[in-house]
Amino acid sequence: MKAAILVFPGINRERDMARTLKLISGHEPKMVWHAETELPEGTDLVVIPGGFSYGDYLRCGAIAARSPVMGAVRAFAAKGGLVLGVCNGFQILCESGLLPGILMRNARLQFVCRDVHLRVERSDTPFTRGYNAGQVIRVPVAHGEGNYAADAETLTRLEGDGRVLYRYCSANGDVGDLHNFNGAAASIAGIVNEKGNVLGMMPHPENHVEDVMGCTDGRGLFAGLVAHLEKAA
Amino acid sequence: MTRPMRNEPAITPELIASHGLKPDEYERILKLIGRTPTFTELGIFSAMWNEHCSYKSSRIHLRGLPTKAPWVIQGPGENAGVIDIGDGLAVVFKMESHNHPSYIEPYQGATTGVGGILRDVFTMGARPIACLNALSFGAPEHLKTRHLVSGVVAGVGGYGNSFGVPTVGGQVRFHTRYDGNNLVNAMAVGLAESDKIFYAAASGVNMPIVYLGSKTGRDGIHGATMASAEFDDASDEKRPTVQVGDPFAEKLLLEACLEIMGAGCVIAIQDMGAAGLTCSAVEMGAKGDLGVDLDLDSVPTRETGMSAYEMMLSESQERMLMVLKPEKEKQAEAIFKKWGLDFAVVGYTTPTKRFVVKHGGDVMADLPIKELGDEAPLYDRPHVASEPLPIIHARDVNAPMPVTDALVKLIATSELCSKRWVWEQYDHVIGGNTVQRPGGDAAVVRVQDGPKALALTVDVTPRYCEADPVEGGKQAVAEAWRNITAVGGKPLAITDNLNFGNPERPEIMGQLVGCLNGIAQACVALDFPIVSGNVSLYNETNGRGILPTPSIGGVGLLDDFQKSATLAFKAGGEAILLIGDTHGWLGQSVYLRDICGREEGAPPPVDLVAEKRNGDVVRGMIKSGTATAVHDISDGGLLVALAEMAMASGIGAVLDAAPEATLSHAWWFGEDQARYIVTVPVEHLLTVMSKLRAVGVPCVEIGKTGGDTLVIEGEAPVAIAKLKDGFESWLPNYMAGKA
Repeated sequence: MKAAILVFPGINRERDMARTLKLISGHEPKMVWHAETELPEGTDLVVIPGGFSYGDYLRCGAIAARSPVMGAVRAFAAKGGLVLGVCNGFQILCESGLLPGILMRNARLQFVCRDVHLRVERSDTPFTRGYNAGQVIRVPVAHGEGNYAADAETLTRLEGDGRVLYRYCSANGDVGDLHNFNGAAASIAGIVNEKGNVLGMMPHPENHVEDVMGCTDGRGLFAGLVAHLEKAA
Repeated sequence: MTRPMRNEPAITPELIASHGLKPDEYERILKLIGRTPTFTELGIFSAMWNEHCSYKSSRIHLRGLPTKAPWVIQGPGENAGVIDIGDGLAVVFKMESHNHPSYIEPYQGATTGVGGILRDVFTMGARPIACLNALSFGAPEHLKTRHLVSGVVAGVGGYGNSFGVPTVGGQVRFHTRYDGNNLVNAMAVGLAESDKIFYAAASGVNMPIVYLGSKTGRDGIHGATMASAEFDDASDEKRPTVQVGDPFAEKLLLEACLEIMGAGCVIAIQDMGAAGLTCSAVEMGAKGDLGVDLDLDSVPTRETGMSAYEMMLSESQERMLMVLKPEKEKQAEAIFKKWGLDFAVVGYTTPTKRFVVKHGGDVMADLPIKELGDEAPLYDRPHVASEPLPIIHARDVNAPMPVTDALVKLIATSELCSKRWVWEQYDHVIGGNTVQRPGGDAAVVRVQDGPKALALTVDVTPRYCEADPVEGGKQAVAEAWRNITAVGGKPLAITDNLNFGNPERPEIMGQLVGCLNGIAQACVALDFPIVSGNVSLYNETNGRGILPTPSIGGVGLLDDFQKSATLAFKAGGEAILLIGDTHGWLGQSVYLRDICGREEGAPPPVDLVAEKRNGDVVRGMIKSGTATAVHDISDGGLLVALAEMAMASGIGAVLDAAPEATLSHAWWFGEDQARYIVTVPVEHLLTVMSKLRAVGVPCVEIGKTGGDTLVIEGEAPVAIAKLKDGFESWLPNYMAGKA
């Protein structure tokens, strides 16, 4: 795995992400400053980590989406390169047009940090192959604006194409308002683009990869990416 | 300079008074400089000599505090305290209040409180790894309380979450005595290499003094002076003196500062906190035995037409002052430009020991730099000790309801309910090192990749401090020490945040002196020195003081995070041990107040020898692996502690009736100190008991874990689910206007 982690001013989970990628893949990822116009040679995974890029001023992710480095990310994604955006990274991907929809303020208008359950909707993608379809995983969320919204047509297409990969649910895998803590449309926690190579998700799998963190359910996502890239290489 | 400067008002008695300077303090200024001060100078004196910056009422009593231990690298007097945790690493930490601003503008007041304390920590070269806080609000039924809780919590979270530090623990309390004066005490903890700590003292003459960070605006002018005055009904009009926080700018400042420190550019560094440019520049010069010449024309400003007076007193946030190695100045500037931050040379060190401020070609201030700090007024204010309150005997307290009914009620009070509604608004997992999240006795945060970890806590019991300042002071330290012990940590050092009323009243001063006396006794007995702190006085509204609230922030060390203990029961069928003596002390207990409606009596006495002996034994049991669950007993007493252990695990307990010698309500709800609940597998029970008895530690088996109810012999059982429902729902219901 040759991962590149984008660093925008105000991003704050880049170190968590780098540590997790190193832990799971054995390779140190490259940190790429937002002002760069190219990705490091041989990059096979771009990660946009969580945080508050540009202080979340204007709109979450709106300024970062227009950073110089995002041009390179668009080109990389267009060629089929894998892009993972977590939390603020998801917001940036939506703002940059690489994913449809938008993340609005949580339904209760408060920042929420807690463990949530996610149902893995399918396992035949690079981002979910470390899990079984229907498997329930526990990962933390930490955001104020993770309430996914899109127009009805987009939502229908996302569902029809099987592009919702992760959904908020109960510990048993039940999906419904009771378990949809931030009010996201269709309990959406993570989606991919049409080609299936760009994933955006609100929860932080990188914070559940060691026993010390209380849970290791997040490992599967990264282990799946490693397996996918090894197979491709 | 005896005439007023251009555009500056003349110095009149009214102007002097409006700067919070008493007539005799002004006389002191005249004597010191031998002439009438300029307006700018008057502002500088008011900033340096107010209570907040000069500690003029408390300094004389703070001298008696124990501040030394072999592991203390830096005690009080710097931006933060520093302790050695081995492996070439040091922990840098401090707690500070932002009370007055948080009452006037709760969101911004709280954000800048968090921002200020984070800056204190990274100014010393440490990367912040955890935040904690202690929040005290007025009575739930007070009209402003909801608004204040909502704003302060959002502000604490808003800053820490964006900055990127986990907020892992704290305290939230409600009491009518905080109605007009809530408290926001924020603590930050950072990690540094022990040989790379940065200090404020400048060195070398003619060294450039560099201004870094955000631009200077008109916000927060005289913030520190406001923090040194009482409130009245017109205080809401003080909103313009509240600073505005920008966590994004602070995050950039953090990264830029750590980068230039790592590149070896920095000689001295001081953050601009209270009294901004004035305090930071004077501190750097005075500590280095040097003078400072500032040229305000070079200060980056956010607004046009700012006067020298405004620039010197602005408390705009996210700013730093540094002395850089001249040969590294260009490299440092490039790093700051990369992070998009302002960088300006605003002055030089001089050999004169004078503090000279120039603006538009004029000398606006020329003062002796050492005397600005050293000659600040020092008061030995009159103080009277609180009258001792009578000891309340359990036999004189009627139990108005059965034990389990009282438990159900207590667990759903503002005092004892779950504070999840608060801490879920704080990112407590960022960093990937949070081993124990909020809700336990102490938070546990792994140090880098481990195996070491820090145990962190904030504690104080203000009602005890009010009833008996000396015992209350002892209890606050003992409780912090116990919290750290209960997770398996070795307590190392504390930071104290002393919140009191108006020190000009002898009874308030008596509370401060009494609490400090108790704190000092406990620090010595428990080998738990104070390495940093902050004093917040004048916490009064319309002549009524807050409960004396000396918040104690404690830091402890675990050799191996995998051996930390938690309070949740681990399995059914385990023996539950009560460690420490139980006499059934109901005076000042939550039971007496919230069940019997009596806020009375002497608080439980603190036996520091028993604290140390019992705690050391419990820590040993955790280390050896015999203890499976551990919880210290505090507010609410034994049964509340047991209920917390049950709710955390979903595992119940079957408990013996109270011993005959003790009344049932006193046994279950008394708040005797130096106690813990520990569970052990039954096969170890006899060995453990005999070991404890051998070292003189009182210990009784009080029941077994198991089931999904709490069953007390002779009482109606209570389901854990029912307890949990009340425990978890009080605060969210209250905030939604339903309670």
